[in-house]
Amino acid sequence: MVDIAIVDYGMGNLRSVYQAVRKVAPSASVQVTDDANVIAAAKRVIFPGQGAMPDCMRELDARGLRQAVLDAAQNKPFLGICIGLQMLFEHSAEGDIPGLGVLQGEVVRFAHELRDAQGNKLKVPHMGWNGVHHADHPLWAGIAQDARFYYVHSYYVQPRDTDIVQGTSDYPQPFVCAVSRGNLFAVQFHPEKSAAAGLKLLENFVNWNPV
Amino acid sequence: MLAKRIIPCMDVTAGRVVKGVSFVELRDAGDPVEIAKRYDEQGADELTFLDITASSDDRSIIFHIIEKVAEQVFIPLTVGGGVREVQDVRNLLNAGADKVSINTSAVVNPQLVADAAGRYGSQCIVVAIDAKQVAPGKWEVFTHGGRKATGLDAVEWAQKMQTLGAGEILLTSMDQDGQKKGFDLALTRAVTDALEIPVIASGGVGNLQHLADGVTLGGADAVLAASIFHFGEYTVQQAKQHMAQQGIEVRL
Repeated sequence: MVDIAIVDYGMGNLRSVYQAVRKVAPSASVQVTDDANVIAAAKRVIFPGQGAMPDCMRELDARGLRQAVLDAAQNKPFLGICIGLQMLFEHSAEGDIPGLGVLQGEVVRFAHELRDAQGNKLKVPHMGWNGVHHADHPLWAGIAQDARFYYVHSYYVQPRDTDIVQGTSDYPQPFVCAVSRGNLFAVQFHPEKSAAAGLKLLENFVNWNPV
Repeated sequence: MLAKRIIPCMDVTAGRVVKGVSFVELRDAGDPVEIAKRYDEQGADELTFLDITASSDDRSIIFHIIEKVAEQVFIPLTVGGGVREVQDVRNLLNAGADKVSINTSAVVNPQLVADAAGRYGSQCIVVAIDAKQVAPGKWEVFTHGGRKATGLDAVEWAQKMQTLGAGEILLTSMDQDGQKKGFDLALTRAVTDALEIPVIASGGVGNLQHLADGVTLGGADAVLAASIFHFGEYTVQQAKQHMAQQGIEVRL
């Protein structure tokens, strides 16, 4: 049984996530895995994702990992990252497809021709370091209000239940970048690429004991 | 709001960071892993490595470097140089790169950009464009380190790369590169205004004001520089403070 399973469904490179988790939890056993049994037995699960959500959903099912991810999202400390956050919702505008439906709400795209207050064009994908306005949650412990995290994405989540929102960033309007429910926490940015703030969030996750 | 990024760039050959003018008189700037750690500590937003190794025999060296850096530095890493097929993209990502930069091969085989973006996602595909001015308000794409003209218009080419799935454009002015007189701001502005994806300005930085100008006048989403950081003229932190003083949003 591993302490931390990182779900590998063939989309993108999980080495960065693995390295960052090893850095904050050097004594924990960490495994990048596409084995549903390993995920089921792990104490904690990290659910990353890169690329396009339709590809991610297809590959997750092709490897028979849907049920293992659904179970983990219900019953153990679970961290979704980037597309791993978006896949938890009911539906995505990217490819007009259903998600896993763990959380209620939609995944939508940033508008075309976005402008900031000075009239400068805002590019999509939203790429780079943006400040996070965060709520009070154990995973934000020791992380300054408005600390910057690294993002690269064109879509973002719109939860139906705003009580699950744990953080927002501005581009230029506020968008939801972190949600939680019970044992589940999920973020749009990449903590594994967000220097000290990101490592702190990962450290908080590996030490988190939700009731 | 989103910060403008400062990206130190390291040209790597035979396991060392080097800097030269027009690929001659390469000057040794040190060990890439140590330099990467230093820039991370100074607050660099990303790091770019360009493998300028001529011989394919020595290609494996870059993988070991990226592996070592990725174990110790937790910010995005871009790697370019000699990327010819999807397998090259895969190998670099597996070594720890977050993004792979494609330059000459995108011109030779544009489908490579589409295939790589389709397989690994646009977020990890950077297309590098080397451009030279050929007429007022007009720039041509060059390949092979600026030696070979392509006949392609730089703005149109950037738009085509966006359509094929590039997530970002690394735009270098061959006229300005190594001159330390600042970016080609008209080129930067022309390309960034024509695109929806982010543009990294490159080529010509000699002082900190050049970095700020790339953002405020050129409209760049990120600015890349090499020699002003390598030889201790300025730190990344100083560059950010200078930009912040001019009202540019940066990660301090």
